[in-house]
Amino acid sequence: MPEAFDYSIVDEALAKCGAKQSSIIAILQTIQEHYHYLPEEVFPYLAAKLDMSEARIYSVATFYENFSLEKKGKYVIKFCDGTACHVRGSVPILERVRSELGVTAQKKTTDDQLFTIETVSCLGACGLAPVMTVNDEVHPAMTPDKAMEVIYSLKVKEDAR
Amino acid sequence: MSAAIKTKAIKSRKDLQNLREAMTKAYTSQTSKIIVCGGTGCVAGGSLKIYENLKAQMENNGLNVEVSLEKEPHDNSIGLKKSGCHGFCEMGPLVRIEPQGWLYTKVKVDDCNEIVEKTIKKGECVDRLAYRIGDEIYRKQEEIPFYKQQTRVVLEHCGRIDADSINEYIAIGGYEAFEKALFDMQPDDIVSEISLSMLRGRGGGGFPTGKKWEQVRRAKGERKYIVCNGDEGDPGAFMDRSIMEGDPHRMLEGMMIAGVAVGAQEGYIYVRAEYPLAVRRLMNAIAQAEELGLLGDDIMGSGFSFRIHIAKGAGAFVCGEGSALTASIEGKRGFPRVKPPRTTEHGLFDSPTVLNNVETFATVSQIISKGAKWYLSIGTPTSPGTKAFALTGNITNTGLIEVPMGTTLRKIIFDIGGGMRGDGEFKAVQIGGPSGACLTKDHLDLPLDFDTLKKIGAMIGSGGLVVMDSHTCMVEVARFFMHFTQNESCGKCVPCREGTKRMLEILERIVEGNGNEGDIELLEELSDTISNTALCGLGKSAPNPVVSTIKNFRDEYEAHVYQKKCPAGQCQKLKKIYIDPLTCKGCSACSRKCPVGAISGKIKEPFSIDLTKCIRCGSCMATCKFNAIKEA
Repeated sequence: MPEAFDYSIVDEALAKCGAKQSSIIAILQTIQEHYHYLPEEVFPYLAAKLDMSEARIYSVATFYENFSLEKKGKYVIKFCDGTACHVRGSVPILERVRSELGVTAQKKTTDDQLFTIETVSCLGACGLAPVMTVNDEVHPAMTPDKAMEVIYSLKVKEDAR
Repeated sequence: MSAAIKTKAIKSRKDLQNLREAMTKAYTSQTSKIIVCGGTGCVAGGSLKIYENLKAQMENNGLNVEVSLEKEPHDNSIGLKKSGCHGFCEMGPLVRIEPQGWLYTKVKVDDCNEIVEKTIKKGECVDRLAYRIGDEIYRKQEEIPFYKQQTRVVLEHCGRIDADSINEYIAIGGYEAFEKALFDMQPDDIVSEISLSMLRGRGGGGFPTGKKWEQVRRAKGERKYIVCNGDEGDPGAFMDRSIMEGDPHRMLEGMMIAGVAVGAQEGYIYVRAEYPLAVRRLMNAIAQAEELGLLGDDIMGSGFSFRIHIAKGAGAFVCGEGSALTASIEGKRGFPRVKPPRTTEHGLFDSPTVLNNVETFATVSQIISKGAKWYLSIGTPTSPGTKAFALTGNITNTGLIEVPMGTTLRKIIFDIGGGMRGDGEFKAVQIGGPSGACLTKDHLDLPLDFDTLKKIGAMIGSGGLVVMDSHTCMVEVARFFMHFTQNESCGKCVPCREGTKRMLEILERIVEGNGNEGDIELLEELSDTISNTALCGLGKSAPNPVVSTIKNFRDEYEAHVYQKKCPAGQCQKLKKIYIDPLTCKGCSACSRKCPVGAISGKIKEPFSIDLTKCIRCGSCMATCKFNAIKEA
């Protein structure tokens, strides 16, 4: 028997954003802030609460890039591949990190659930290109070596626990 | 966030004027001001730690440091503030010292002690932190060539004021224009002033703002909306981010004036989720305005009610398109719809809606304060005013700039931008992001304004300028933008969904050296079809980067397709990397660095690269101390 899903976070999100259909994006964002992804249990629950079809909620969740239906790692690392970062060499950094962590464009999360590697089209921090963010903290002027250093230091920190 | 001072709510015009007087007094009584940049760029460089450190050191030294404007003026206090983005992110973290106007660059926490001892206590400049070009030292911010040649109208407060303080905004004349619009002007006067100023939408299209407001003002409907488009999705553009982070109240003020002009009671700001700091600053600004009573019911006893909400985007470029944006606020997928009817008639929740971008709203208050005539005195006759541009790519001074419309590319790139970074020669500049076009050497002396660019098939777009040098391959640039648009296509209409996919496939095979005869012509044909048949602006403009690179750099396309060569030497798959056996010492450093294990050999004998495994990442070349790894 799988454990019963605790809907308190979902209820909080509904209370905070307003339980109306037009708030669905904000509601999903609030839920994702907590879980770092959208657990499948929330879809039927929200559908009933908001009186809209599960399919419509699902269509919103899959349309927008920021929503994830899969569990993410503890550290979500985003590489900017905007024009400025691209021109200053973001691709080799991404390739190096992916190959060292054993992830790909499709399989984004490491097996130990520690890191999720994503790309983002522009973070608007072009003066610091190439840029990477770790859980929204910006790391400027990356190189393949510097990026791996950051990742290894996180790994060491985790191993020490 | 600075500590909010409990100020009683403003209930009348007089209350606002009294508050302004008190705040102006407090502001001017600060003998000096230390302004630490709190924009995304400088925060990443550690500016918040610098701020905390300066605060602690000043307090330990018994200096009268003031982090927020008090009501009663304190003589000889020193203001310490966190501002928005200065636009010179490359040199960050930045600290500005007033009244001297000095700008300290690349400041570190270790420098704080010297700043307190020398600058704050003795009023001396810490010269080693000043900006330099060669032996020349530029202590004052305004003297630095990057700033000297700009005209800052919209960005005038960015980097100068505490972005988290409504009191500071009020102290320097904030909400004066709103006050004027609310009490001294009729809604028709506001619309006609904006029309007279010939302000044109800064989001890219250049549609006359006054005309838009007029349409919404005349439109029938019980509810009307003001929507601010802060979904700055163009890669390489960050003008709107800087305004939202650096001067959020000015943008709110513009929206509030629009509300008075067209009779709207609600406003929405649609912001990208990728801009967390902008979202925080805007939320704080709205909360402050509500607390003071500048937003809410019956504002200052005028009978006018207005509220502003924030809608966070969820990562879809297409939502920058008007009808997709309103759909997204309504909680739907961001699909554009067929127009007409226009947003001015059927916008948000099917009601008449004013939809303008951040920079446009941020311009409004000054036009109301200083008049249309003043605005017309800047820029060109058909495109008055200034435009903010994000200058990025292979350029010395990456950053945010603002210049009068009609300024030439040459001035922007070589005078303000400081010319090319590195040894490359200027080749092209991409203007207007993935919907824009490239401009070349031939266009350097063209005045940048809406109409001139339209004539040559380009557009200002939102204002991204990506500078490319001779090492940049234009076919790869076109592929990069097509990859972006294809990925962001919403999938509603066939020409965009299928057409961009096919164009991307062709471009991919060309840069990989598998291009066929006829591919260039096929790209041109597809471009033509997509531009003419796609549903929305995103699709219609998607082929622009391809069309303009083919037009200006056809020879590069031909070299890829026919000679399987990349003249710029950038296309990885067309590169052949080899180890020169005469130079290689067999140290094995490269083989240890290679991420795919493509390099092998015996120690102290020349190594070799397996080209079938090599991904041409270049990390071996960067590692080799003997320059033995070369490109053929």
